Amino acid sequence: MLRVSRIIKIFNARTINEKVALHNVSFKLEKGDFATLIGGNGSGKSTLLNCIAGVYPADRGSIFIDGKDMTKLCEYRRAAFLGRVFQDPMMGTASDMGIEENLALALRRGKIRGLRWGITNKEREHYKKLLKDLGLGLEARLGTKVGLLSGGQRQALTLLMATIKRPKLLLLDEHAAALDPRTAKKVMKLTDRIIEEENLTTLMVTHNMRDAIKHGNRLMMMYEGRIILDIKGREKQKLTVEDLLERFEDISGEEFADDRTLLSQ
Amino acid sequence: MAAVSLGLLWAIITTGVYITYRILSIADLTVEGSVVTGAAIAAITITRGFNPYLAVAFSFFGGVGAGLITGLLHTKLKIPSLLSGILTMIALYSINLRIMGKANISLLRIDTVYTVFENTGLSSMLSVIILGIIFVGCLIGILYWFFGTEIGSAIRATGSNPQMVRAQGINTNTTIILGLMISNGLVAIGGALIAQSQRFSDIQMGIGSIVIGLASVIIGEVLFGRRNFASRLLSLVLGAIVYRIIIALVLRLGMPANDLKLFTAITVAIALSLPVFRSYLEPLRKSVKRNK
Repeated sequence: MLRVSRIIKIFNARTINEKVALHNVSFKLEKGDFATLIGGNGSGKSTLLNCIAGVYPADRGSIFIDGKDMTKLCEYRRAAFLGRVFQDPMMGTASDMGIEENLALALRRGKIRGLRWGITNKEREHYKKLLKDLGLGLEARLGTKVGLLSGGQRQALTLLMATIKRPKLLLLDEHAAALDPRTAKKVMKLTDRIIEEENLTTLMVTHNMRDAIKHGNRLMMMYEGRIILDIKGREKQKLTVEDLLERFEDISGEEFADDRTLLSQ
Repeated sequence: MAAVSLGLLWAIITTGVYITYRILSIADLTVEGSVVTGAAIAAITITRGFNPYLAVAFSFFGGVGAGLITGLLHTKLKIPSLLSGILTMIALYSINLRIMGKANISLLRIDTVYTVFENTGLSSMLSVIILGIIFVGCLIGILYWFFGTEIGSAIRATGSNPQMVRAQGINTNTTIILGLMISNGLVAIGGALIAQSQRFSDIQMGIGSIVIGLASVIIGEVLFGRRNFASRLLSLVLGAIVYRIIIALVLRLGMPANDLKLFTAITVAIALSLPVFRSYLEPLRKSVKRNK
């Protein structure tokens, strides 16, 4: 479903601040794969996600989604194939607009927008049903401005928007990291449910080792712009935090020292 | 009455300013030039014998063109929006002089858009008011419809969160350019109608129009609230009229006309900084309450 081959991304090339963020990264996701991507600060995981989403172009390499070459497409054209949820709950929704207006924008992803009404009554019923399934009571507040919602509600809504038009690939960028532990848990549960129900191919970046191990059928770990671990299937199911730390130290030759990761264990 | 008639015409410009300033979150200085472009195109086409209503349509497209240039400078050439507007504004000064051929054109003893109404025996001021109401009414209706459509929603979302809009598959360059085009098209219509009501077009008539537009937007929001989109549009019209009434009052109270722009600038500065003052006042008010 997703094929990333030999991606190189260098920031501030040919300056004193040159930073090779992605170092010949290649991997494939099969249809229905739910891969978690873990790594410390500056390991390149968010850069990789942004390269796939087209926020900025990769310097070299190519990206295919469902057999289509994305490499040269700009961000808004790739959006037709993608669903995205960001770390910052503010990023995924338009706060000045209502819940239903945000959903309506998402429902038209990948379609040509014309002079038809932005929302139809038929859609509203559909939204009510979807919001009811979230279990947050939002179905009674279709017209409420999204800016008035809590961070957790906004992430749940963004998740709904990302998946309302079944995406070929769902990209989650630490989407529970900015929430309090209880809300984060709820959002992760919801994430699991939606991914399973829709059988979505997913790439989830996370800082949290437990989450990375608990969710999905595959785990990749990044270090200094490279994927250093790729654990699948049964091996993934048996994985523990201790295993993961040990294997990381074996490969990188240093301790996995990232405050946020350690604290979130 | 004079204030109402002028306010109605300025309401059209105010709506244009609102689209960029509030909907797109861009302070677009192109307005200063496109007011004159609208007036200039109307003046030159009317004096050449074109139908005055057709002249207004030409003006609209002139303004749309100006907005397009600013939009291209901003989105394609990545020039900051404020600077893009300034560049177009300066360029338009020369272009407007080219259009008119001289610094001002008189429209005395020529049929204007208001002539139809004046021929029925109405005073010229009443004619302006009636035509103003018709234009503004249609405008509110059209804008209400447009910003409810798929494209209109996309433009509104762009001003709120461009990152999210791109993630939903919308080209934000297109929505920004479109917004600027519509805004400046409306501003040019305003310019064309004002020139015809004052019966001349002048190269200087755009100076301060962005500030007047902003003042009207803010007055409207403060006095008449911002509940839903329809009431917001209506508040723009009322804001523009109230602004004119305030100006008429301070002039009557003896303020020299030359100080008007200073007065407007100070008013807008105060209105825009209200949130800051409020944040200073809030702790004060709380401590006063506590001491009671």
